[in-house]
Amino acid sequence: MSSKRLLNLRSYIPGTLFILPAFALFAVFIFIPLVYGIYMSFTDYGGFNVKANFIGLDNYISLFKDDYFLVSLKNNLIYTVLFVPLTMLLALLAAVALNGVRHLRKFFRMSFYFPYITSMVSIAIVWGLLFNPLSGPVNQILKAVGIANPPEWLMSSKWALLAIVIVAVWKSFGYYMIILLAGIQGIPEHLYESAKLDGANKFQQFIYITLPSLSPTLFMVLILTIINSFQVFDLVSVMTDGGPGRSTNVLVFRIYQEAFINYQMGYAAAMSTVLFIIIMVISLIQFRLEKKWVTY
Amino acid sequence: MPESFTLSKSNKLLYYILLIALIAFSVATLFPFLWMISTSLRTDVDLFKNPSNWFPTSLYLENYKQVWTAIPFAQYFFNTLKLSVIITVLQVVICCMSAYAFAKLKIPFKNVVFILFMANLMMPWHSIMVPQFSVVSNLGLYNTHTGYILIQLFSGFGIFLMRQFFMSLPDELNEAARVDGFNEWQIFWRIMIPLASAGISTLAIFTFTYMWNDYLAPLIYLNDDGLKTLQLGLKAFQTEHTMDYGLLMAGTVLATIPMVIVFLIGERFFIQSVATTGMKN
Repeated sequence: MSSKRLLNLRSYIPGTLFILPAFALFAVFIFIPLVYGIYMSFTDYGGFNVKANFIGLDNYISLFKDDYFLVSLKNNLIYTVLFVPLTMLLALLAAVALNGVRHLRKFFRMSFYFPYITSMVSIAIVWGLLFNPLSGPVNQILKAVGIANPPEWLMSSKWALLAIVIVAVWKSFGYYMIILLAGIQGIPEHLYESAKLDGANKFQQFIYITLPSLSPTLFMVLILTIINSFQVFDLVSVMTDGGPGRSTNVLVFRIYQEAFINYQMGYAAAMSTVLFIIIMVISLIQFRLEKKWVTY
Repeated sequence: MPESFTLSKSNKLLYYILLIALIAFSVATLFPFLWMISTSLRTDVDLFKNPSNWFPTSLYLENYKQVWTAIPFAQYFFNTLKLSVIITVLQVVICCMSAYAFAKLKIPFKNVVFILFMANLMMPWHSIMVPQFSVVSNLGLYNTHTGYILIQLFSGFGIFLMRQFFMSLPDELNEAARVDGFNEWQIFWRIMIPLASAGISTLAIFTFTYMWNDYLAPLIYLNDDGLKTLQLGLKAFQTEHTMDYGLLMAGTVLATIPMVIVFLIGERFFIQSVATTGMKN
C-alpha cells in the first residue's frame, strides 16, 4: 500500500470514531430489531426463551381472518378520519387568528401549545374525570346548554372513541399550529400588498394567497397527523383500556396486548409489519406528491 | 406589521371580537388544567356534595400530603428524574458527536449511513418495539434501567438538528484550530460544542420532556416497583384510587409541575424545535 493511500485511509479515522457510538446503537437497537422482526413474523415465537418454529405465512393469513385485529384496524381508521381533519382545522384557525392579533400573542401561543408538552397519562386521567357522565364538567356544561341526555362518553361503546379523539385533538393542535404559524409568517408580504391593490378583502386574501402559499406546509402537517394517528396508545391505555368491549382498541394497543400480555410475539410481529407497511406507504405517497404540491 | 394594523372603525370592532374569541378559546384550552388544580384542593366529601361547583371553597392541602404515602411517589419521581437526566445528557453527546462527523469530517459511506439514520425519522418506534424488546431481553437487560436507557440514546431527529448547527459554522474554524495543534477531539469539545449551545439547549429540552412523559416504553421494560417511573405510578394510582379524585389530581399536578418549569424556561427552544420539524420535511 502506498503511503499516500494510507494517509487517505487515516483521514477517515476521526470521523469513524465520532460516529461509532450512534452507529452501534442504531445497529443493535434499531436495525437488528427491524430485520429480526420481519423474521419473527414468520414464526410462532412466544417470548423470552421459548423456542420458535418457522410457520411461513400463517401469521399473516390468520391476521386477516382475525376479527379482533380487523376491529382494531377499523377503529384506528375511524380515529384517523376524525383526528386528522379536526386537528388540522383547529390548528389552521388558531394559526390564522394568532397571526392576526397583536395583543397577548405570547399568552395565546403558550396556552395552545401547553397541552402538547404535558404527559399523556396525566391528561388522560384528568379527562377521564372530566368525561364522567354524572359528575364530570363536560356533561354538566352540556346539560346547562339544554342537552337533556348527554352521551355517556367513556362508558358507552358508541361515544368512547370520539371522546379519545377529542382529547387527542385538544392535546396536539397547538403543536401543528406552531408549524403552520411559521409557514404563514414565511409568506412574502408583497403578495398581500398586490392583492390589496386589486381590492381583495381579508377573506379573499386568505383563500387566494394564504391557503395556496401554505399548501406545502399543510401537506406536511397532513402527513404528520396521519402518521401520528397510527401511533395512538397512551390515551387508550389510560382512559378506556381498549373498551367498552373492543370499541376503542386500536392498532398499537392490539400489538401491545398480543406481545406483552398474551406473549404471542410472532403474531404481534406480523401486526407490527402491517403497521410498518402502512406508515411506509404514507411516506412514499408523501415523497411522490410533495413536489406537485408546491403551487406558487 | 404596523401598517396592516391601522384599522378602520368596523375593522377595529372585528379585531376585538377576534381577540375576545381567542381569550375564550385559551381559557377553554386551559380549563382541564384549572379543573385539575381546583379538584386537587378539595375534599372528596365537598366534591360529591357539589360536583357542579368547580371552585374550592377552602384550600385543602391534605391531598398533597397523602399522595407521598399512598404510592411510592418520591421513588417514582426520583427514578423519572434520574432516567430523564441520564438519557438527555448521553443522547445529546452522542447526537452531537455523530452530527459533527456528518458536518465536518470524512466518514466512509457517508451518504448511505446518513440516509439510514434519517430513515429512522420516518419509522415509528412502535413498529419495532416487539423485536426490540426481544433483542434487549436476550442481552439480559429486561427490567433494568440500563436497558431502557440504551434504547433511547439514538435519535435521528437529534442528529439532524445538530448537523444543521454544525454545518452553519465555517470550515475555516476547524482549519485554524488544526494549525494551532488541536486534535479533532479537542476541536469538538472546546470549539464546536460551545458554539452549538443554542441547538444543544433545544435538543436537551425536547429530549427531557419526551423522556419525562414517556409511558409505553417504561410499561414494557420496567416491571419492578423500585424501577418504575412517575407515568407508570400515576397509571397504577388511577387503577387503585378511581374514586379519590382529590388525591389523584394532586398526583397529576405534582407530576406536571416539572414540565411547567421546563416550559417556562425553554419556551423559545420548544418553538425552535417545532420550526425545525418544519424545515426537515
